[in-house]
Amino acid sequence: MPEIANTAAKVAVAMTVNGRLVSAELDPRTLLVQFLREKLLLTGTHVGCDTSQCGACVVHVDGAAVKSCTMLAIQADGMSVTTIEGLAGASGLHPMQEAFREHHGLQCGFCTPGMIMTALDMVARLGPDLDEATIRENLDGNLCRCTGYHNIVKAIGAGAAAMGAGAKVAAE
Amino acid sequence: MNDSTVTPIGAAVRRKEDQRFITGKGRYTDDLSRPGQAFAYFLRSPHAHATIRGIDTAAAKAMPGVVGILTGADLAADKIGDLICGWLVTSKDGTPMHMGSHPALAKDKVRYVGDHVAVVIAETLDAAKDAAAAIAVDYEVLPAVADLAAADAGAQIHDNAPRNISYEWELGDKAATEAAFARAAHVTKIDLVNNRLAPNAMEPRAAIGEYDAGDEAYTLWTTSQNPHVARLVLSAFVGIAPEHKLRVIAPDVGGGFGSKIFIYAEETVCTWAAKKVGRPVKWTADRSEAFLSDAHGRDHISHAELATDAAGKILGFKVHTRANLGAYMSTFSSCIPTYLYATLLSGQYAIPAIHCEVDAFYTTTAPVDAYRGAGRPEATFLVERIMDKAARELAIDPAEFRRRNFVTQFPHQTPVIMNYDAGDYGASLDLALEMADYKGFPARRAEAEARGKLRGIGLSNYIEACGIAPSAAVGSLGAGVGLWESAEVRVNPTGNVEVLTGSHSHGQGHETTFAQLVSARLGIPIDQVSVVHGDTDKVQFGMGTYGSRSGAVGMSAIVKALDKVEAKAKKIAAHILEAAEGDIEFKDGRFTVAGTDRSLAFAEVALNAYVAHKFPTSEIEPGLKEGAFYDPTNFTFPAGCHICEVEVDPETGVTRIVNFTAVDDFGVVINPMIVEGQVHGGIAQGVGQALLEGVTYDADGQLVTGSYMDYTMPRADDLPSFKLGLTQTRCPSNPLGIKGCGEAGAIAAPAAVINALADALGTQDVPMPATPAKVWALAKTRAVRQAAE
Amino acid sequence: MYAFDYQRPAALADAAALLKADPEAKILAGGQTLLPTLKQRLAQPTALVDLARLPGLSAIEKTAEGVAIGALVKHAAVATSDVVRAAIPALADLAGLIGDPAVRNRGTLGGSLANDDPTADYPAAVLALNATVVTDRRSIGAGDYFQGLFTTALEEGEIITRVDFPQVERAGYAKFRNPASRYAMAGVFVAKTADAVRVAVTGAGQSGVFLWEEAGDILASDFSPAALARLELDPADLMSDLHGSAEYRAQLVKAMAKRAVAKALA
Repeated sequence: MPEIANTAAKVAVAMTVNGRLVSAELDPRTLLVQFLREKLLLTGTHVGCDTSQCGACVVHVDGAAVKSCTMLAIQADGMSVTTIEGLAGASGLHPMQEAFREHHGLQCGFCTPGMIMTALDMVARLGPDLDEATIRENLDGNLCRCTGYHNIVKAIGAGAAAMGAGAKVAAE
Repeated sequence: MNDSTVTPIGAAVRRKEDQRFITGKGRYTDDLSRPGQAFAYFLRSPHAHATIRGIDTAAAKAMPGVVGILTGADLAADKIGDLICGWLVTSKDGTPMHMGSHPALAKDKVRYVGDHVAVVIAETLDAAKDAAAAIAVDYEVLPAVADLAAADAGAQIHDNAPRNISYEWELGDKAATEAAFARAAHVTKIDLVNNRLAPNAMEPRAAIGEYDAGDEAYTLWTTSQNPHVARLVLSAFVGIAPEHKLRVIAPDVGGGFGSKIFIYAEETVCTWAAKKVGRPVKWTADRSEAFLSDAHGRDHISHAELATDAAGKILGFKVHTRANLGAYMSTFSSCIPTYLYATLLSGQYAIPAIHCEVDAFYTTTAPVDAYRGAGRPEATFLVERIMDKAARELAIDPAEFRRRNFVTQFPHQTPVIMNYDAGDYGASLDLALEMADYKGFPARRAEAEARGKLRGIGLSNYIEACGIAPSAAVGSLGAGVGLWESAEVRVNPTGNVEVLTGSHSHGQGHETTFAQLVSARLGIPIDQVSVVHGDTDKVQFGMGTYGSRSGAVGMSAIVKALDKVEAKAKKIAAHILEAAEGDIEFKDGRFTVAGTDRSLAFAEVALNAYVAHKFPTSEIEPGLKEGAFYDPTNFTFPAGCHICEVEVDPETGVTRIVNFTAVDDFGVVINPMIVEGQVHGGIAQGVGQALLEGVTYDADGQLVTGSYMDYTMPRADDLPSFKLGLTQTRCPSNPLGIKGCGEAGAIAAPAAVINALADALGTQDVPMPATPAKVWALAKTRAVRQAAE
Repeated sequence: MYAFDYQRPAALADAAALLKADPEAKILAGGQTLLPTLKQRLAQPTALVDLARLPGLSAIEKTAEGVAIGALVKHAAVATSDVVRAAIPALADLAGLIGDPAVRNRGTLGGSLANDDPTADYPAAVLALNATVVTDRRSIGAGDYFQGLFTTALEEGEIITRVDFPQVERAGYAKFRNPASRYAMAGVFVAKTADAVRVAVTGAGQSGVFLWEEAGDILASDFSPAALARLELDPADLMSDLHGSAEYRAQLVKAMAKRAVAKALA
């Protein structure tokens, strides 16, 4: 991006994104989502609104779901960020990703990364046994226009259960 | 099919496209960047209606980072044409509709809040916004015309449209309808507002225009449901570039629901400006801009009357509708409240006489055009609301009243153009009543009452006309284009297949269902099939995806191309197998000489087609690639019955949907998993219209619902899980028997929800959206009424 | 956003000095309200002073009177805090109803109170519990703190450091969410002490959070939902907008007050 006279003094930012240490000199007003999309080219995190309501931009910062459109990149300085691109491991898809495919929890796919990141946060907070009402209530910060949520709710329930079963197997 | 690697039609196969979406590897327009790109920001009108006396960009042009600032004067200097409406509607007095001038950047006047005044192109979006704030526009503010009900009395918006009327149109036989009413034992009257909606695809619109000076050619990446139509309009009407010098690419598109059919100012300007400033120009809407400038949907005010005889049979139906066009006529806006609306006013019923008048008005609001269902939801809402009201007035059970008037013989010619080809409305009603436990409702209502809650149940027996549409038929009604679809099936030498389609997937799962069709037909695994769409340089001309047409029309074109592939492959196989062509059978992916064990796999024939050693190329051309254009012979008529059960908390006015049952007849279903997903999403949008959503402008034409802070989107906890059922009558007019499924939920749900609320609240005057505040007031009135009784 | 400088002071005193030196600078805590405001270019601060990493402002502590919650404590932490849940469960309930899960992971108590949005949740708890807002300069009683829409007793550059919430006999919070924004359309916090009941209402008042004194008086003698049945709230000072009239909000306040009492009794 070429220099522009009316920008403020740049700030140095360093953080871990999907396990990789990254650093940059940024205009302080750079949002975390802009840093991810425009500088790191991690375009799986999307922007669907400008009032922090749609949740298409949800990523994890130090393990907690945040709306990356409502956080400056500099606020994540020194922290660890996980995006949708960081979920699938060498052994394949994350169980929550797999559940979204298996249960047709996506159509156009635009809200999907935020939905999956929110779902993982839900499991982290509330455990793997999630009933329908709990899932619906905890999706209040994520909008989808395609699915009517029906299959997203199913996918999250199944993905959470699969994570629980996986954790059990790992523990044994 | 014996081969387990083949994916048959009717299998709920998981979607091929999901891998990239669930891993964050989708490629939406805003995900793309072009080398050297600059960023566009549109300076928009803050006024609903004003004359522009002057625009001073000098200070803004001197701002840091500014690459260029362009206005309507620059457009005019380059002789760039207006945006157009591609469907000519003629008024009942024979005069053509009055289409107001619609420049991509305003010339002398702005006509709604959000209208495009200038574009600032700069090194960064922030720099563009900074500069836009420094543009001085001298406005002479004119009165806003925000109220549809009084639009004809408002200030004139377009010079060529007195009383702000674009057209006064009618359909049906007025005299026959009046005669039917003269014979009526009972007349039911209703006044309804069909609320204005913002489409809200989760991906905001975006565009990147690029100009290659070497080739003198443009490329436009854009969020389009129909890239070829965009190219045609931008070339033939707007005049940006000749068609062969303009490539339009619609990559992954994050939902459309109609709103991405249209050719908007922003992509027009980005394409044109790319040459003007010598840089790729990128624009992405933020949600606030989407609310201001995406074409809205619905927005009707209607009065309707239904005449019935003493036996509860319908004699006639008359409707008068005022339709809001907004400030300009968007790409298909004229046909929505006319040919996609009044033609469905017969519903599922045998109605001998129908007459409908539609007056279409300009207002100083965003343009209104197709939104999921487009005209058909408005028709269904009107029909199914008045059916319920009439049933109650006649003291007939609403289900029974509907059944008594169903069309039962097919084909059935309605008085409003449509010829219903197949259906079984009683079957879907029966199944829906059973699934919803209609009989058990009184007990559930009593139980709810004991808890202080109000329960209601409501039906909606919708019909829609999809598969849009026979080209000659729509042409005779004013369409500027034919509405066929194209396909090309390219068999590669190694036997895998690329299908090039003019349909466009923005959530519908074509990469899976279209591949499923090819897999089933050619007997090859589904992962051996790729679907190519959304790029005018790759795909032959196509009409795009809307109106639930990709299955019925798009897939029918693929079937035609597959027929040709099979026919040619048989010829080649006959030569290799040294048999007569007529003896070659193709089944389960093998070409076999009838009655023998001599056969060739599909891939072997494909290879031979390209090697071309074993057949006379003087008779048979090498290669195996066939194209087809399919023009439907009729619309398709999906229909069904949706039943909604609600429970109202009279203390807060909150309506909870406790049960939603949808039984649909979509004809043959290719992939039930995807079809169910389409129904879920449609119902959610329909429930949204009924209970939550409504675009509101104030008297000054300012948009009150300009963000998710005020426009209520359906969230997960606003909705229940849905119960779905299918009945099936095959569509006789296309080879696969498909009717289409994309819009049913949005068409059926609003009437089901409002009929349920009317039942719960004991009044037919339930407005949409039935927000908690409005429902609370109605519940209070009900309590007062009951106390008085 | 307009351009701004970014400062991340290491100590409270440094933060105060930065704010004193530049009156156009703004405090950044969780940013859940400030950043959307800046994105829409509705404010143009010269600098943001990021307090998030200041030491000593992020603790939740049991005190003799109740709980002390640091200004930088996030809503999610309050909602899930065993200390808060044991002392004032209604406060944890309230925190768990703010925004959505991702917003609760960023938004802070201090930020919410400094902003004083008329539809925010925390003001209802602070006012009903008669909590004390502690700043780098002084302690401010809840009754003095709230001064109208987006207006508080905070002086230029004054920084909230913690809030002291006294424990009460019983408390409950019920919220009716605006269908679109999910902010409070009527949020009622009911707090019962040995000698009084305080009923604070957010989301509905034209001038922000307020005490519904008549309700408190009635509940002081009969702490039950039924006791509120006879009472009507005058809609004259309530908000009226697209989502509901003042009359509707009056009804919601009453309904939520009943539910808050029921919760307090549960």
